[in-house]
Amino acid sequence: MKNILVIAEHDHATLKAATLNTVTAARNIGGEIHMLVAGSDCAGAATASAKIPGIAKVLQVDADHYAHHFAEDLAVLIAGLANKDYGHVLAPATSFGKNLMPRVAALLGVTQLSDIVGVENADTFVRPIYAGSLLATVQCSAPIKAMTVRGTAFAAAASEGGTASIETVPPAVPLGVTRFIGQELTKSERPELTAARIVVSGGRGMGSSEGFKLLEDIADQLGAAVGASRAAVDAGFVPNDCQIGQTGKIIAPELYIAAGISGAIQHLAGMKDSKIIVAINKDEEAPIFQIADYGIVGDLFKVLPELSAELDKLPPA
Amino acid sequence: MKILVTVKRVVDYNVKVHPKADGSGVETANIKMSMNPFDEIAVEEAVRLQESGKATEIVAVSIGVSQCQEVLRTALAMGADRAVLVETDAILEPLMVAKLLEALVEREQPDLVILGKQAIDDDCNQTGQMLAALLGWGQGTFASKLTLGEQEIEVTREIDGGLETVALKLPTVVTADLRLNEPRYVKLPNIMKAKKKPLETLSPGDLGVVPMTQLTTLKVAEPPKREAGIKVADAAELVAKLRNDVKAI
Repeated sequence: MKNILVIAEHDHATLKAATLNTVTAARNIGGEIHMLVAGSDCAGAATASAKIPGIAKVLQVDADHYAHHFAEDLAVLIAGLANKDYGHVLAPATSFGKNLMPRVAALLGVTQLSDIVGVENADTFVRPIYAGSLLATVQCSAPIKAMTVRGTAFAAAASEGGTASIETVPPAVPLGVTRFIGQELTKSERPELTAARIVVSGGRGMGSSEGFKLLEDIADQLGAAVGASRAAVDAGFVPNDCQIGQTGKIIAPELYIAAGISGAIQHLAGMKDSKIIVAINKDEEAPIFQIADYGIVGDLFKVLPELSAELDKLPPA
Repeated sequence: MKILVTVKRVVDYNVKVHPKADGSGVETANIKMSMNPFDEIAVEEAVRLQESGKATEIVAVSIGVSQCQEVLRTALAMGADRAVLVETDAILEPLMVAKLLEALVEREQPDLVILGKQAIDDDCNQTGQMLAALLGWGQGTFASKLTLGEQEIEVTREIDGGLETVALKLPTVVTADLRLNEPRYVKLPNIMKAKKKPLETLSPGDLGVVPMTQLTTLKVAEPPKREAGIKVADAAELVAKLRNDVKAI
């Protein structure tokens, strides 16, 4: 059997968490796993990759034109490597992986599997369709199986203990069609949404950005991340990167607290695998209550301050 | 400046879908079908570019069964100038859609192709990226803002950490995210006018593409159902349960 190539998502110095979940999916396929770290001055990320148990070899590619992770340039490099040695190519189903992997697959002339949540065997995978309302089991006959991996469906691999070799690979020629202009990254002291143990999330019912402050206070008391429904993002209460759902982020924290979120299927698609779900909504009929472990029917502008006061009283666990 | 915009006919986003009784696929008989919501955003953006004088012609394309004409008529009513249907009953994976679109791009020579970032039925989020790859063009995926210049287009993209802005050489591919715009309601006079706009039908063979698949669906099933829990009276009871019963805080 041919080897498996996992595409690392990183910021050059460190690995993004979703990479570790992707490694677990690769392990479930079975075979020798190599990891590609392509970036600019990315020795830090390559060293971190070499420490992941189960990685046999790290391919490090350093070039200026990989500084911004442009899919246009990375895809040429990855397709070239995949054609030589690999039977599977995996990337995390993040905005990075979703942008990149279909481009890789098209250059290879193969189909791509999006957002896999299960590995049945080396050519059969499970993936959600219709906003996760259904799960499809699909068999792939392509010579190279290209896919993105939903992080919440696979446990994170350990980040210490491995001793993979690091091999330097030359870059591919840049395509030169894309120019970086800038980034506006949301700065927050809170944990990253997809990695947080607790997420406190608000919907249209929060009424305004000021309304969200109530949630942010509770998030800080719990060490939680702040999320939102599409309605809250569209209304401009919070930035786009807070959106949870079919087309936003998919999360599965230990505890999800939804305030003023009715629970449209498109939102549930992003959070229904959370371990414990709490819903606070004034509408008793809101669909969110059908999947919530604990529900409070009430005005969130009354309930949230009460919740905050109760959390203040709570002795350390 | 000519724009090609793609529209997919999908199960309406309000419909709850079920697996077929034998688990072989999704039951789609006799249910409401609509234009993929992300494609509506793509069409709207093309129309706005034309209204602002930056685009001269908008060609709407759909690929699939004969009834895809309905979503093409909607695109025409929104403001597209003409439509092309590549009619086929074949199962189409995104790579095949991208190959058909590549052939149409060769034929139509647009400066910009705008697609929805993903279809809400198969949730693939692939076609735009694949088309860009086949053409060797740039890809402004998950776009929330476009600024069209002479040689380049600036695309603000929704990424996991926030927003990223890139400039792409024209011609290029853009895929629309939710906040690119809010699509207009189609007015009745425009629906009437759309009936008279040209709609051309082609076959995959006309474009020199033979549909093939690399995926076999073995089973479609509903995921395990989550049961509703209990209602609690107030915040104090909630905190007690979270602390003592499930040890979540």
